[in-house]
Amino acid sequence: MAVKKRTKDLTFWQKIYLPEIAKGLALTFKNMVKPKYTIEYPEDKFIPPPSYRGRPVLVMEADGEERCVACGLCARVCPPLAIEVQASETEKEKERYPVKFEINMLRCIFCGFCEEVCPEEAIVMSKDYELAFTSREEAIYGKDKLLTPIDQLNDRIEFLRKYK
Amino acid sequence: MNIWEIIVITLIKILIVFTLLLLTVSYLVYFERKISAWAQNRIGPNRTGWKGALQPFADVGKLLLKEDIVPVNASKVVHTLAPVIALFVAFTTFAVIPIGPDIKLFGYNIQLVAADVNIGILYVLALTSLGVYAITFAGWSSGSKYSLLGGIRSSAQMISYEISMGFSVAGVLLLAGSLRPYDIVYSQSGWLWNAVIQPIGFITFFVSAFAETNRLPFDLPEAEPELVGGYHTEYSSMKFASFFLAEYANMIISGALIVTLYLGGWHFPWLESFGLAPWLVVAIQILTFIFKLAFILFFFMWVRWSIPRFRYDQLMNLGWKVMFPLSLLNLVWVAIVVMYIKP
Ligand code: SF4
Ligand code: SF4
Repeated sequence: MAVKKRTKDLTFWQKIYLPEIAKGLALTFKNMVKPKYTIEYPEDKFIPPPSYRGRPVLVMEADGEERCVACGLCARVCPPLAIEVQASETEKEKERYPVKFEINMLRCIFCGFCEEVCPEEAIVMSKDYELAFTSREEAIYGKDKLLTPIDQLNDRIEFLRKYK
Repeated sequence: MNIWEIIVITLIKILIVFTLLLLTVSYLVYFERKISAWAQNRIGPNRTGWKGALQPFADVGKLLLKEDIVPVNASKVVHTLAPVIALFVAFTTFAVIPIGPDIKLFGYNIQLVAADVNIGILYVLALTSLGVYAITFAGWSSGSKYSLLGGIRSSAQMISYEISMGFSVAGVLLLAGSLRPYDIVYSQSGWLWNAVIQPIGFITFFVSAFAETNRLPFDLPEAEPELVGGYHTEYSSMKFASFFLAEYANMIISGALIVTLYLGGWHFPWLESFGLAPWLVVAIQILTFIFKLAFILFFFMWVRWSIPRFRYDQLMNLGWKVMFPLSLLNLVWVAIVVMYIKP
């Protein structure tokens, strides 16, 4: 029976395994004494970079007003239909505001389309990834939970201006 | 010493050995997880107790509370018997392994071994071969094809490697001229360790020990990807834990055997020439034994997390075409040493 020749034959030293095994052991030992990558979660938290897409939030200006003009584009683009907006009129310059703005966090897939489509830079992805609920009702975030002061979102807004 | 004293002392020794073995086994599981974590740049269990030190007990508690499932197709008696055999073999083998020289306590001359029998090594070999039954029975009685394959692989593997193991041991016996573990240890005093005199035998024994304990790279009987756990697929609860315990106890025994046969047992080179107090000498010797054993155990784990599993045909090739001739070669070498070099 003809033995098929391999493209790369092992040398004698590789064939007797032992030196190669020693090399392998040395490698794993090196890794054993290396610093660890693990983040011990509840105590140390992972702080994501600005490019991270956490839960979407509404931007709140310094005067406590939302930027949103209730155009409904985000609700239109949202693939899993997680957003519900109800518009109303206001005396202010921007003329419209959302009376009701809800994101169902059980539906949201963190795609970031809402953020991308928003003409007012009013909805952005935050760094918050800790989402836990005890009921379905609780998972529907209203304006009270969505509005976030702008100074907490500066990283992300800067990132968007640079790359969007 | 009259007969009652001997019985009481032996029972105490058995109790101590048994407790120590159980404790060590549980912590071996813990260290295995830790070392695997370190090798993969992780931290490992660190929540239960100080740095996860209570993890083994939590694990045992969990296993005890699990439902004990016996498959419908299983042969009930054998299915129950298999883990019992595994545990029995694992714990009785340690009886003949000496961990230090004689000590004098309360006017008694106590040997640091549960049973000082003059056929000690034969006893070990006989019992470890019995271990095959545990795995084969477990595989066969489970009524599952994966278990059966695991059992078959295990018996084939153990029988193949037992041969090279036996021949390697023969080299040691030839040099020591005795089957008694004590004599073997005394024959390697100073730096005359068997690992130095017969390195090939040391390597073949070491590799066979890996194969006998079903540790990676020879863990084909329980290969997870293809056999979903092998012979203990159908075991749950404490029966599964028994196999687990047995596996780690076997590891300790192989380690202790390697230390006794090849690494000079409790010998610390030139310790006698330091002129220390006798009790200190004994203490250092026992610590030496424990240290050597710990190193071997660490090595077992280290290898497990470094080397991939062999393929079945590679395993058989290695066993019959490499290990077996090498161990024979070693035997010839030892014979030459005994004839011409050793006075
Ligand atoms: S968040 Fe933006 S896109 Fe959505 S309704 Fe408000 S302004 Fe329009
Ligand atoms: S991130 Fe995507 S899924 Fe979530 S609300 Fe925005 S558009 Fe909808």
